[in-house]
Amino acid sequence: MISRLIDGVPKRALILLGLLFAALLVAPLVVSGYTLSVLILVLYFAYTGQAWNVMMGFAGQLSLGHSLYVGVAAYTAAALYVHFGIGPWAGVWLAILISMACGLVIGFLAFRFGIGGVYFALLTIAFSEFTRVGFDHFTWVNGSGGFFLPVAQYSVNDPLNLRGSPVMFYYILLAITALAFVFCRWLLTGRIGYYWLAIREEPEAAQTLGINIFRYKMIAVAISSGMTALSGVFFAFYYNNLFPEQIFSMNRSIELILGPIIGGIGSLFGPILGAFVLTALADGLNEFMVHFGYEMPGVKLVFYGLCLLAVIMWLPNGIWPPLRKKLGLGERL
Amino acid sequence: MPAELIFNVAIQGILTGLVYGLMALGLSVIFGVVRVVNFAHGEMMTIASYAAIIAFGAWGIDPLVAMVPIAVVLFALGYIMQAVLINPFINRPEHSQFMLLAAVALIMVNGLLMIFGPDARNVMVDYALDSFEIGPLLVDKVRVITAALAMAITAGLFAFFKLSRTGKAIRACADNHMGALVVGLNVKRLYALTFGIGSACVGAAGAMMALLIDTTPNIGPAFTLQAFVIVIVGGLGSMPGALLGGVLIGLSEAMSGLFFAPSAKSMFAIAILILVLLFRPQGLLGRKA
Repeated sequence: MISRLIDGVPKRALILLGLLFAALLVAPLVVSGYTLSVLILVLYFAYTGQAWNVMMGFAGQLSLGHSLYVGVAAYTAAALYVHFGIGPWAGVWLAILISMACGLVIGFLAFRFGIGGVYFALLTIAFSEFTRVGFDHFTWVNGSGGFFLPVAQYSVNDPLNLRGSPVMFYYILLAITALAFVFCRWLLTGRIGYYWLAIREEPEAAQTLGINIFRYKMIAVAISSGMTALSGVFFAFYYNNLFPEQIFSMNRSIELILGPIIGGIGSLFGPILGAFVLTALADGLNEFMVHFGYEMPGVKLVFYGLCLLAVIMWLPNGIWPPLRKKLGLGERL
Repeated sequence: MPAELIFNVAIQGILTGLVYGLMALGLSVIFGVVRVVNFAHGEMMTIASYAAIIAFGAWGIDPLVAMVPIAVVLFALGYIMQAVLINPFINRPEHSQFMLLAAVALIMVNGLLMIFGPDARNVMVDYALDSFEIGPLLVDKVRVITAALAMAITAGLFAFFKLSRTGKAIRACADNHMGALVVGLNVKRLYALTFGIGSACVGAAGAMMALLIDTTPNIGPAFTLQAFVIVIVGGLGSMPGALLGGVLIGLSEAMSGLFFAPSAKSMFAIAILILVLLFRPQGLLGRKA
């Protein structure tokens, strides 16, 4: 059970992972508040990218509507907290359940009616856009006016209600990201991971071998949407404000999946590396622009787009797979 | 609610929908032949709208005239995009193609933002407020002209694909990629040509849209999505289907704006999409794959 997590992983890969984790553990003690907020963003994208990767990278189902799960979970936990005083650690379970239910409904409709590939991707966009407009008119959570959590200066951290300093959020997110990494490794090395691999590569052959494709695709959607729900709850309590326009937007869905695509779809470390690279890139461009007093709107994102274009043109499998080969870290990380 | 009002709004919606249909036609042609999802479609339309706005602002050229050179420029843009960027991606997985075009879309939106800023712009031609009176109904002149042009362009394109040798060759590529290669068609060049034709459609539609709506750099993604909705509702690869889809979506937008809230209009379009995807995935006028 435990041994399968590290079987076949070169020792130096484990050492490097350990070093990275240790560095992230001590980071808040040494870095500035600003850098910490950037690191929180990195972990947020790493975790959410990992969750999306379960569906796309493992089971091969392209979802372009993951902002739906983030948004629904964020609103659920926030509404429970604001309207009923139910804390996030209780609310998160309902948030996960509702997110999973959304995922399962979409998955059921799509997989039962044989919708795949591009059509599936468009269906996921359609559902998240549908929900966005719905929430714009959902007065219980203040519609398009935005839904706010009460904010105060917290002298003491209150982890039970997720109220406190960025450092507290950082450590919670780091724990979640690390657990998700281990969980995904566990999934990949188990029976289900191999089933997904078969479904992703050759669905017909997988079916011939007696794999219940429908069931395992549904499981992938359920796990992915449930994991994504956690990012939503985190988002709600970290940023304290929710706007349907932002949280459900198509741009948000795209932002979430850039990390794993740039890092390397289907790999375990790809989403984490992708999150680091992209956040560093966006932030670096920001600094660069400010430094040269070049603050024309749009310039930054044009550069960002050009960088994405370059990566996708010349590194079709993402950054991580060629890198891990170079470092001699095996094929399954 | 008076019946004339409902009819007036419905006709407005149908006429606007025909222009939407022309825009979506470009996507349908590209997707139907090249099998690549053009995620930068709405952004290309926005580029065309800005070109029309500049032509009008700088030289006073009517967008309906500027439409011709704009379509030519967009044709070139599409041809180059396919030849340089997309052809190497033909055999890559879908998510890879998606990323490529999402990056192109990002560059286009923000390039426009850099050049023109975030403010909304439009074109006020001197006949902008004219209308035809048919009995109790008032119909905008601009909408009638643009809708007629959209139908004429679609008919022209239909004839091109049915009658010309190049059009037939392109359809052959769409029907059987391998077969087209075997009989010696230059598939890559035909793909580039197809992408160019689709882009010219969206160019013409963009020039017309400059007359109908306010343009900002950020409307691109919404129109990309809308083009997809229309194409899937109408039926992929069906040219009348694109127009029918456009009309349906235009009508549903107008009606939901009238009976509910204008901000809820895209919800109805998407509800139609979801229903069509589930119960008639090949689209209303599409052939079964």
